[in-house]
Amino acid sequence: MIRLDSVGIELGETTVLDGVSLSVEDGQFLALVGPNGAGKTTLLRTCNGLLGPSRGTVTVDGRDVSELSAREIGRLVATVPQETSLAFDFEVSEVVAMGRTPHRSRFSTASEADRAAVESALDRTDTAQFADRSVSALSGGERQRVVFARALAQETPVLLLDEPTASLDINHQVRTLSLARDLAAEGKTVVAAIHDLDLAARFCDSVALLSDGEILASGRPEEVLDAERLETAFGVRSAVGTNPITGTPTVTPLSDAPPGDRHVHVLGGGQRAARTIGRLVDAGIEVTAGVLPEGDAAAATARSVASDLVTAPPFGPVPDDRIRAASSLAERADATVITAPLTDANATVATASARLLALDGVETPNGRADVVTEAELTAAAEATSPTHSPTKRS
Amino acid sequence: MVLRRALAWSAGLALLFVTVVLVSATLGYADITPLSVAYVVLNAVAVPTVDTSGVTWVHPFEFVVPATTTTIVREIRLPRIVLGGIVGFALALAGTVMQGFFRNPMADPSIIGVSTGAAVGAVAYIVFGAALTSAVGGILPQIVAGWGLPAFAFVGAVVTAFGVYLIASEGGRTPVATLLLAGVAIQTFLGAVISYMLLHAGDGLEGAVHWLMGHLQYSSWWRVRVALPVVAVFFVLLLAYARDLNVLLLGEDDARTLGIEVERTKRVLLAASSIVTAAAVAVSGVIGFVGLIVPHAMRLVVGPDHRILLPTSALAGAVFLVATDTVARMGPAEMPVGIITAALGAPFFLYLLTKREVHAL
Repeated sequence: MIRLDSVGIELGETTVLDGVSLSVEDGQFLALVGPNGAGKTTLLRTCNGLLGPSRGTVTVDGRDVSELSAREIGRLVATVPQETSLAFDFEVSEVVAMGRTPHRSRFSTASEADRAAVESALDRTDTAQFADRSVSALSGGERQRVVFARALAQETPVLLLDEPTASLDINHQVRTLSLARDLAAEGKTVVAAIHDLDLAARFCDSVALLSDGEILASGRPEEVLDAERLETAFGVRSAVGTNPITGTPTVTPLSDAPPGDRHVHVLGGGQRAARTIGRLVDAGIEVTAGVLPEGDAAAATARSVASDLVTAPPFGPVPDDRIRAASSLAERADATVITAPLTDANATVATASARLLALDGVETPNGRADVVTEAELTAAAEATSPTHSPTKRS
Repeated sequence: MVLRRALAWSAGLALLFVTVVLVSATLGYADITPLSVAYVVLNAVAVPTVDTSGVTWVHPFEFVVPATTTTIVREIRLPRIVLGGIVGFALALAGTVMQGFFRNPMADPSIIGVSTGAAVGAVAYIVFGAALTSAVGGILPQIVAGWGLPAFAFVGAVVTAFGVYLIASEGGRTPVATLLLAGVAIQTFLGAVISYMLLHAGDGLEGAVHWLMGHLQYSSWWRVRVALPVVAVFFVLLLAYARDLNVLLLGEDDARTLGIEVERTKRVLLAASSIVTAAAVAVSGVIGFVGLIVPHAMRLVVGPDHRILLPTSALAGAVFLVATDTVARMGPAEMPVGIITAALGAPFFLYLLTKREVHAL
């Protein structure tokens, strides 16, 4: 269990952490997220005693870290650092065995418990296969797993991970975080600084969002990962949706093109419409969409990034008020893009538009639309003269 | 497993050392057979026995050997060989520790200025010592005569190491990079001091330059008795820290999270290796390259684990210096061994550089 009580840290003139209070219980897996320089690594370094707080206290298992010896901390907290210098010829098993250092006296030889801990650590991190290879012969990702194994061999109640997945392939990203989650389920307190918000949301029980040395929010991933808060922390617009496979929040950062004064309405559903909406929003163009059947792929995208969306129940006639709502959006838009063959309802909406664009390959009503490719679309939309004052994004 | 490997390697190298010592003792101006050497050594063996009158030393062997042979082997060759062994052992030991400590394969025992400090002490004694003792007069010159040079060199070395350490430390921390740079700066400064003293050395110039080259010409059992306990004690201490040195190779932050009191460990390693180096330099002058090459070569052979590397590297250093000093005293005109170690060491080092990638420990 870790408890930080209004911890402040100055490095030189800079305040790196400012009044951070946080508590992580046994069996909890907390993700620290936040932009570069937010203080994630610093926070981890106060938990393992590498940095002493200028203000406040850090306790691990009820003991003040600043009053513990290195050896006592080594038995309580294991750390997987972001970078580690393994540029020499030790064998993997020897490096993992170094994790036993805080448990061994100066002259003792390895005990049965030491050997068992090393073996289990090698096993669980999937590194046993190269246990007798030299660490200098390993790839960056393999080394990171070796350092994880070393931390496991330490057999501590608290485990700190600083970017544990940074140089791992997708298979080992998932394996490593699953292992961290399992370790938490076994009762360890696990804290990980993670850049990948989707992975953090998927594997951690809770997320703490750090920005400028302060905790903006902490709690369950779906409570903390909110587009507005993420924009405050990271300074980038993003769309928060739900991963259709894991059911956990997924965050898509959008390019920081400033929101322009163009407005495009998108007609038609499916993957192509979804992609079109994404592209337009990415270019800083305001997007509205509809009428779309509920549950359509484009509807999900539009719900997270479009400024307005009109939907109707699928497999039935579209109610008139829905068509009118969509028509008024199309009317206000500088242009309307047709991304799929028009339904009757959408054909009505299209008539309300001042300018029609159609993606290549899509049949258009009366040849009234200019045909563009997906790649040309944003340029074409920008070239449209603004006819209406745009509705400001909130 | 580690213990067994360490013992096996050490036993092998110890055997090699004994062989080199015995062979070296037969070589020189006077022709002495290996058998005679063995006889002289065995004759010197004494076993303590306790009887009513207390402890007496009994010599179990009484081989007949000419008195001159006994004198040459016991009083001239063996002290020099044994001292050479101790110096080589000490320099290679300290070099191994420094390379691990600085995580830098170019580090050697004198990297923080120990040897240069010793040189300042030694040259000061050689140049000004005579004037000093004659000015004081009385009984002092006799006492100082034997002790003076090694004592001055030893004090110079230890004071310099301590000074560099203090300069590089701030707020209880001693960053390795600062230590390295402070060492370089102090060495440069002390080099200037030495040059200035040499300029005013007068009659002492030859002696001073000779000392600076590093040699074992003035070896004696007395010097062995002074150097041996120092080197032995700190060897045991360093051996006790071998595992900490391994963990330090992971970087100071990692070592600390693995339960090592990093700053305290660094102080111990630095102090112990500086004193060991000082003891060696005090009795032999600045013999270069042993502490750089031998640890390197042994690391290639036995790997980076200091539990094995420290004892084997030290023993290999002993073997190396005894062998090179034998070459040094074999020539028509005796040469300081420091010239030989450098002349052999540098090409070997270049060979390692080109044959293997020696960018990592």
